[in-house]
Amino acid sequence: MTIVYEKSKGLTDTPFHYCPGCTHGVIHKLVAESLVELGVLDDAIGVAPVGCSVLAYNYFNCDMQEAAHGRAPAVATGIKRVHPDKVVFSYQGDGDLASIGTAEIVHAAHRGEKITTIFVNNAIYGMTGGQMAPTTLVGQKTTTSPFGRDEAHCGKPIRMSELLATIDGAKFVERVTVDTPANIRKAKKAIKRSFECQIKGEGFAIVEVLSTCPTNWGFTPLKALDWLRDNMIPYYPLGNFRDFEEGK
Amino acid sequence: MSKILMKGNEAVGAAAIKAGCKYFFGYPITPSSEIPEYISRKLPEAGGVFLQAESEIAAINMVYGAGGAGARVMTASSSPGISLKQEGITYCAGAEIPCVIVNMMRGGPGLGSIQPSQADYYQSTRGGGNGDYRTLCYAPSSIQELVDYIMLAFDKADYYRNPVLIAADGMIGQIMEAVEFKEPEPIELPPKDWATTGTGGKRKPVIVNSLYLQAEELQEHNKNLEKKYKVMEENEVRYEAFGLEDAEVVCVAYGTTSRIVKTAIKQAQAKGIKVGMIRPITLWPYPYDIYKQIGPNAKGILGVEMSLGQLTDDIKIGIAGRLPVYFNGTQGGMVPTPGSILAEIEKIAGGTK
Amino acid sequence: MEQKVIMAGFGGQGIMAIGRLLAYAGMLEDKNVTWMPSYGPEMRGGTANCAVVVSEEEVGSPLISKDGTAAIVMNLPSMIKFEQELIPDGKLIVNKSLIDIEPTRNDLDVYYIPANELALELGNSKVANMIMLGAYLEVTKAVDIESVLKAFVKVFGENKSDLLPLNKEALIKGAEAAKK
Repeated sequence: MTIVYEKSKGLTDTPFHYCPGCTHGVIHKLVAESLVELGVLDDAIGVAPVGCSVLAYNYFNCDMQEAAHGRAPAVATGIKRVHPDKVVFSYQGDGDLASIGTAEIVHAAHRGEKITTIFVNNAIYGMTGGQMAPTTLVGQKTTTSPFGRDEAHCGKPIRMSELLATIDGAKFVERVTVDTPANIRKAKKAIKRSFECQIKGEGFAIVEVLSTCPTNWGFTPLKALDWLRDNMIPYYPLGNFRDFEEGK
Repeated sequence: MSKILMKGNEAVGAAAIKAGCKYFFGYPITPSSEIPEYISRKLPEAGGVFLQAESEIAAINMVYGAGGAGARVMTASSSPGISLKQEGITYCAGAEIPCVIVNMMRGGPGLGSIQPSQADYYQSTRGGGNGDYRTLCYAPSSIQELVDYIMLAFDKADYYRNPVLIAADGMIGQIMEAVEFKEPEPIELPPKDWATTGTGGKRKPVIVNSLYLQAEELQEHNKNLEKKYKVMEENEVRYEAFGLEDAEVVCVAYGTTSRIVKTAIKQAQAKGIKVGMIRPITLWPYPYDIYKQIGPNAKGILGVEMSLGQLTDDIKIGIAGRLPVYFNGTQGGMVPTPGSILAEIEKIAGGTK
Repeated sequence: MEQKVIMAGFGGQGIMAIGRLLAYAGMLEDKNVTWMPSYGPEMRGGTANCAVVVSEEEVGSPLISKDGTAAIVMNLPSMIKFEQELIPDGKLIVNKSLIDIEPTRNDLDVYYIPANELALELGNSKVANMIMLGAYLEVTKAVDIESVLKAFVKVFGENKSDLLPLNKEALIKGAEAAKK
């Protein structure tokens, strides 16, 4: 019998709890594969957030710490300062990173903290039941913006990658998505490079992954991917905002 | 080893470094800013890392990360800053991360004042953060005790896998006194096999966590924590007490306040009044049992504190209704005077005449 | 005997320094000592002050509140504020160079020391604080002048030891000025 596919050793055998069609699973896999391919899984220490990926510590097959809401970059800082030779990453959602934890992510970047952050942006609070996030699009209906996000009332959605790319300490900033096999390949490349950035000691690295939330958006998984393409990508352009090697 | 004259806040740093603390994450606030200042100068020399965090919240979460990664780690602040740290402290308690947190208390509530206070007693002893948890809490009354208990705190934190608080009033941070850095008694500590150090491919991954989504599991975790807290209650109570057997009045105070009370007691004794004293050194676990040693001549207990009767609540628990409990306190950064305490002692002693 | 002394003046007069010297000297004599500064916004402008307790016994309150045994006041606002904190017959060491009125209380033991002039006689206006400390030591015998000189190097560092003879002279000159 020939093995045609094998689950990454970077993941445990614990089944994911994610909803059908949610892209967290794909993103987990990309992170796990990257750690394995770079040969650093045994040296990796991850930090899980509060949000849908709160149980990420059960899925990544490396040492993990669970952080308070938004504080993952601070927790990762503490770990990295104790173990500068290890590969430390935080895995955070948009409520976690772009709202309650804005100070922590901005200052981790500002210090040039040698950590990697995987930022999953699905424009909504998933775990708490579909409330408005700072990343929720104008007009988008959520359980706390029942008439659609009103720009005059609560502003436009925040673009974290663009914001963080203005900070000198951020040495790798890229926005990707996982809606198609081609984009998944690009996302993998960016995630891998974000770890390389850390391993080379360059500074802070972040990959923002545009993600779907079929459950809270109220779409089928396929329709959710369409919605992401039609609405999120135009507002959150994909691409690299900062690379530690110029011209890349 | 000879004595040196040291300011309280600097002694905090020196004691931590002597105890093998290698990481300090903090944020400046009056009246404890000399702690990060001192440590930023001295910790790198000792091979450690000082990092000024962007906020008190970030600082305590860095402590969580570093403590969870197996390091000896400390943070320090003053009251409003400690309020901000409560989230991290309850996470450390829940995930059983050893760390030492120093609070140079100032007046409150809110922004309060920058003068000395003891108004964070409830916060220190009842848990300022959410959930059922306890933190060992030392209340030093001199710079020597400050140094001794900070060094001990690191061992206790590691031994119990628990955060340990040092609750000192702002005056302890600011005064200079003679201090001797004694070699701490060696204590056998369990290996930190739970810490996130990277598996190295040699073991299964570890998880540092305070989340238990299944109620049954969380209850089990709570009960395990309770067992640990019971052991701490049995073994870690510390206090100073004198003159209880034949006292007419018993004074209870801790920290700087206890020193002022001692001055008042001397003055009362000179007037022929028999005064005993209980000075809790651990605010939690609290020395409730010592109240049983108060003799039959006692007419009342006087709680003296730089707060509004918070310590006095524990006195009431300790004396369990046997004697009237009186309260003599100052707030807002005001410090009690021996004269006002003496007047209260005289009143209680003469109360039944 | 417990010495509880308040030292006060304006920033730059070396108030905190003589407080630390006294505390360190007390420690060298195996006495119990505390040094308590004023802190906070008060550190900027206005008066600088510290309280020093030197005692054979364990020190009670490090604060001085109506129970000071002595005060060294280097300027007028300090005298107005701190004469109130002394016990009856408390020693008040007044810098006559900058304070041209008498204290309001008449139950104090007052010494008028022209500290700035005496310092200038030694060729350095900066040692006015040491003149005042010398006067205080003369009237209280809180610690020995030799202990203060030993403390000097500990507090200010070996590289300041060339200033020791000048400071010793200042202490002695202050002591002489306090002899009635």
